[in-house]
Amino acid sequence: MSRFLARIAPQLVTLAAIVVLVTLFFPDFIQISFERGRFVGPIIDVLKRGAPVALLAIGMTLVIATRGIDLSVGTVMAITGAVGAWAIASGYGVVPALLLAMVAGLACGLWNGILVAIIGIQPIVATLILMTSGRGVAQLITEGRILTFNDPAFAFFGSGTLLGIPFPAVLWLLLAVAVTLLMRRTALGMLVEAIGINRAASALAGVNARVLLIAVYMASGLCAAFAGIVATADIRGADANNAGLWLELDAILAVVIGGNSLLGGRFSIAASVLGALIIQTIDTGILLAGFPSEYNLVIKAGLVLLILLLQSPNLAHTWRFLRDEAMRRREPEPELHTRKEIEP
Amino acid sequence: MPMLLTIRSLSKSFPGARALDQVDLDLRAGEVHALLGENGAGKSTLIKCLTGAYRRDSGEIRLDGAAISPGSTSEAQELGIGTVYQEVNLLPNLTVAQNLTFGREPRRFGLVNGRAQREEARRMLSGYGLDIDVGRDLGTYSVAIQQIVAIARAVELSGKVLILDEPTASLDAEETRMLFGVVRSLRDKGLGIIFVSHFLDQVFELTDRLTVLRNGQKIVTEETARLDRVKLIEHMLGRELAEVEDAERRRTDPEAKNRSELIRFENLGRSGLVQPFDLAVHRGEVIGLAGLLGSGRTETAELMFGVRAADSGKARDENGDVACGNPREAIGSGFGFAPEDRKTDGIVADLSVRENIILALQARRGWANPIPRAEQDRLADAYIQKLDIRTSGADKAVGDLSGGNQQKVVLARWLAMNPRFLILDEPTRGIDVGAHAEILRLIHQITGEGMSILVISSELDELIAVSDRIIVVRDRKHVAELTGDDVTTGAIVRAIAADDGAHK
Amino acid sequence: MTANARLYPLFATIAIFIAAYAICWMQFPYMLSTRVVGNLLTDNAYLGIVAVGMTVVILSGGIDLSVGSVIAFSGVFISVVLRDTSLHPLVVFALLLSVTTAFGAFMGLIIHWLAMPAFIVTLAGMFLARGAAYMLTIDSVPIDHAFYEFIKDSYYLMPGKGRLTVIAVVMLLSVAFGALIAHRTRFGASVFALGGGVQTARLMGVNVGQTTVLVYAFSGFMAGLSGIVFSIYTGSGYPLATVGTELTAIAAVVIGGTILTGGAGYVVGTLFGVLTMGLIQTYIVFDGTLSSWWTKIVIGLLLLLFIVLQKGLLKLTGTQRDAALA
Repeated sequence: MSRFLARIAPQLVTLAAIVVLVTLFFPDFIQISFERGRFVGPIIDVLKRGAPVALLAIGMTLVIATRGIDLSVGTVMAITGAVGAWAIASGYGVVPALLLAMVAGLACGLWNGILVAIIGIQPIVATLILMTSGRGVAQLITEGRILTFNDPAFAFFGSGTLLGIPFPAVLWLLLAVAVTLLMRRTALGMLVEAIGINRAASALAGVNARVLLIAVYMASGLCAAFAGIVATADIRGADANNAGLWLELDAILAVVIGGNSLLGGRFSIAASVLGALIIQTIDTGILLAGFPSEYNLVIKAGLVLLILLLQSPNLAHTWRFLRDEAMRRREPEPELHTRKEIEP
Repeated sequence: MPMLLTIRSLSKSFPGARALDQVDLDLRAGEVHALLGENGAGKSTLIKCLTGAYRRDSGEIRLDGAAISPGSTSEAQELGIGTVYQEVNLLPNLTVAQNLTFGREPRRFGLVNGRAQREEARRMLSGYGLDIDVGRDLGTYSVAIQQIVAIARAVELSGKVLILDEPTASLDAEETRMLFGVVRSLRDKGLGIIFVSHFLDQVFELTDRLTVLRNGQKIVTEETARLDRVKLIEHMLGRELAEVEDAERRRTDPEAKNRSELIRFENLGRSGLVQPFDLAVHRGEVIGLAGLLGSGRTETAELMFGVRAADSGKARDENGDVACGNPREAIGSGFGFAPEDRKTDGIVADLSVRENIILALQARRGWANPIPRAEQDRLADAYIQKLDIRTSGADKAVGDLSGGNQQKVVLARWLAMNPRFLILDEPTRGIDVGAHAEILRLIHQITGEGMSILVISSELDELIAVSDRIIVVRDRKHVAELTGDDVTTGAIVRAIAADDGAHK
Repeated sequence: MTANARLYPLFATIAIFIAAYAICWMQFPYMLSTRVVGNLLTDNAYLGIVAVGMTVVILSGGIDLSVGSVIAFSGVFISVVLRDTSLHPLVVFALLLSVTTAFGAFMGLIIHWLAMPAFIVTLAGMFLARGAAYMLTIDSVPIDHAFYEFIKDSYYLMPGKGRLTVIAVVMLLSVAFGALIAHRTRFGASVFALGGGVQTARLMGVNVGQTTVLVYAFSGFMAGLSGIVFSIYTGSGYPLATVGTELTAIAAVVIGGTILTGGAGYVVGTLFGVLTMGLIQTYIVFDGTLSSWWTKIVIGLLLLLFIVLQKGLLKLTGTQRDAALA
C-alpha cells in the first residue's frame, strides 16, 4: 500500500497544488453541496467532465506499457457513440445498444491489434489509419447528422447519478479499480510490463506476446467505447464529427503526466487517472478562476513542457551521472561489470 | 620494413574488468594482419581504441612514426584509419553514389551535382571490379557489394590503415572470394589491413601474419604460414595439448550408456543456418556442444528451442512427436533455454528479480492463474539462496545486478520450470570465478535429479568438466561426437581444426 | 537500367492519381477542364505547402503535430497585426515567417537536447501555438487590405478559363523548393541519413543536432507560409481554423509514397498525395449524392494500402531484421 502511495505521490501533490491554486483565485472551488439528491460543486463537475479522458487513459496506459500508442481512441469514441445512438434510435433498447457499442469498440481494438501484433506495423502508424478513416465510418453510421435520441435509460450513463455522484465519475472510478485489480490480482500486469520492456526475452520465456498485444489494444478499444457511451449519453446524441475530437492527445498526456514512460514497462493506472483529473482540473480551474479560456492551452502547453523537462532521459542521465560522481568520490569501490558488457 | 602502425603497451580498463592489458601490435604497410580471439578476448576494445570510439588508459599508438590519439571515428578517419564493420555502417536508403560521396558531394551553385556525384562514385569504385548502377539504393544490393562499397569509402577517406571487422560473417563462398580479391589488391597497393574473423580457413587463406588475443592480453604474433590450425586454436582457447589432461574430467557414469533415451532430434536443420543433424538426448546426461564462434553452435540451440524455424526434421520422444516449432511449444514440451545474449534475450531489465524468476512459470500457467505472492516469494528466496544470487532483495530490478547474477536469475527462471531438457548457451560467460564453479556444480546437481542438459561453451575445460559427451560443430555442421575417454582437449581441438577440404 | 525500388511507391502514387482522375473524367468529362485543375490547385494550396514541410520532417524520421495550430496562429497573427497597425502585409509576412521558423527551431532544439520523442514535443507545440492564437483573439478577424485584394485578383487565365492563382503558384514553387532542398543539397542528404538511422548518420559525419533543428525550423517556415496562403484563401484569421490539418498533411505525405518511419520518399510524391486527396473531395462534390465522409474512409484505405505496400517493400529490400521472436 505504501508503495502504491509512493508511486502516485507526485501526481497527488500536483493535483493538490493545482486545486489549492485554483481555490486561491476561486474560493468556491472546493464547495460541495447536496441538492435534490445529488452532490453539486466544481469538484463534482471535474469528476464528471474528466470522465472521457480518464476512461481513455485507462486503456491508453496499458497500450503504452507495451511500448505502443493508440491514436485512434478519440475516433473510436465517435464510432461507438454512433453505434449506440443508432441502436437506441432504431429501438433496440438499452442493453443491446450498450453491447453493440462495446462490441464495436472491441472490434476497433482488434483491428489495431492485428495491424500491430501480426502485420508488424508501428503502433503510431497503425492506429493513425483508424484515426483518420474511423470518423468517416462514424459519419456513415449517423449519416452525417447528429443522431439524437430520447431514451432516459441510455441518457443515465451520461447525466444520471448513483448515490448522488454523477454516473460517469462512478464509471471511471469503478473501471479504474476493476482494471487495476484485473492487472494486479492476475499475472496480466506483469506480463504486459514484460513485453513492453523486452519483447524478445519475454517471448523466449514463453510469454504469448502477440495475443497479449492484441488484447491490450482491444482493452483500449473497450475503454474508448465506454467513453463514447458517456459522451453520447451526456448530450443525448451522437456527433460523429466532434465526439472525442483530440481526446486521444489528452489521454496520452494524462498517461505521461501519470509518470508512465512512453518507452513502455512499469505502469500505474491510478497515476494515469490522476493525470486525467489534473488536466480536467486545469481546464475547469482556469475557467472558474476567471482567466479567459484562451489561456487554457498555453498553460497546458507550459505544463507539458515542464513535465517533459522533469522526465527527460537526458536530464535524468545528467542527474544520475552527477550523483554517481559524488558517490564515487566517497567510496572508490567500482561497480562490477562483466566482460560481455565490455565487448558488445 | 618500417612499420605503418605500432601499438605499444595499450591498456584499457572498465569498472571491474581489464579489457586490454599491455597489448602490442605491429602492422606493416602492404600486409593483411589477422586479429583473432574468442568473445571477450579484447578484439573489439582494441579496434575501438584505434578508431577513437574509446579512449585508451595508457600505451602508445604510432601511425607512420607519429604518435596519434584519435578522439572520434571521424578523427581516426582523417588520420588514415578506416573501418568497415560486419553490419555495414552505410545508409541502405541512400544510393550507392550518395553513400560514397556523403559529406563531400560535388556541388554546383550550392546544389549537389548528381551527374558529377555519380561519376565520382564510379571513379571510386573503379579498380574494385564492381560494375553496378551507382544511382540505385545501396540497400538493394547484396551485403557483399555493400561491404565493398563501404571499403571503397573507407579507403578513399582514410587510405592508410583499413580495419575489417568480421566482414565475411554474412557472405557466401563466392562473395567471400570476391571480397578477398578486393582486399588483396588493396594490400598490393600498400595499405595495412587488419582482418578480424573467426573463420580460420579464411585467416589461413588471406592473411600474412596474425595476432591472437586472449583475456585482454596478446598471446602471440606470428607469420600465418608458420602456424597450423591446431596450434592456432590452442592459442585461442588457451590449452596446450601437452598439458595434463582430464584432471577435472567428470567421472563418466559407467551406466551412462544404459540410460534411457529422453528426446531424439531427427534430421533437424535449416539451410544456411545448420545442416540437418541427428541427436539423441538421454536422461540425466550433459551434452557439450563445442565449436568456434559462428560455427553453428548457437544456431543448433535456437533450432531445438524453436527460436528459429527449422526447415527440416523433428523431435520425438517415447510418446511420439515433440512440438518445438516456437519457444512456447518447446517450453510446453519441457524444454528450457538460457540464451547467450543475456541482456537482449534473457533478462527483463526493469522487472524485479522475483518477477524474472517466475516469468516463464507464470507464462506457462497462463495469466488468469497467478502464482500466489507467498509462493513467488518462496520461489525467489529459494533460488536466490540456492544459486547465491547477490541482490539486496527479491524486489530489486534485475537490470541493477551484475552480469553474473543476471545469468543466475535467468538460470533460476528455468530451474523453477523443472524442465526435462535444458539448453545453456555460454552459461558462464562474464561470470567471476566463484560463480563459475557454482554454476558447474549446479549442472552436476540438477542432472543428478534426472534433468538432461545441453551446454554450449567456448571454454573447453569447462565443457570437458561437465559433459558426458561432446558434439563438435564446424562450418554449420555437426562434425564429430566424442564420448568416454575420447573427451579430451586435444581431441576437441583436432576436431575443430580438422579441414576436410570441403570448405575450399 | 532497372528502376530503383525506392521509386515504386512514387510510381504507385502517380498511377493511383492518374487512374483516379481517369475514373472521374469518364464519369464527369468536365473534370478535365483547366477550371477544375485550377481550383484543385488553389483549394489545396495551403495543404500542399504545409505537407512539403511535413515531408522533410517525416523523411528525417520525425513528426510535427504543431503545423495545423501554427497555420491558425499565422492567420490570426496577420489579421490582428494588419488590423491594429499600418504595417505593409509583406512586412507582416516576414515577421510571421521569422516567428514560425524560430518556433520550429525551438521544438527541434528541445527534441534534440532533451532526447524526447518528437511526437510529444510537437504535441506541446500544438497546444502552445493554438493557445497563442486564442490569446490574440477568439473571434474570426477579417482581413481588409488592398494588397490582399490585389493578390486575390491576380491570376493567370489558362486556356479554358481556368485560373492559376498566386497561391497555387506559391504552392507549386514550394514543392519545387522542397524537392531541391530534400534531394539536391547536403542538408537533404543529412535528412535522409537521419531517417535511415541516427547512429549510422552520426558515424558518417552528420551533425545530428543541427540537422534536427533545421528540419523543424523548415517545417515551421512552411507552416507559416501555409498560414499566409490560408489567410489569402479565406480572407480572414480564425484561431479555430485548420484543426487537424497536421493529420491531413501526414496522410498526404504517406499517400505520396514517403515512408512514415523516415528515410525514403519524394517531395513530388507529396504533391500527388495532396492532389489525390483533393480529387476525392472534388469527385464527391461533382457526384452530389455521395456523402463527404467517404473522403475519410477512402483516405484511410489509401493509407492502409500504402503502409502495407511499404511494409512489403521493406521486406523485399531486406532492410528489416528477422523478426522471428515477435
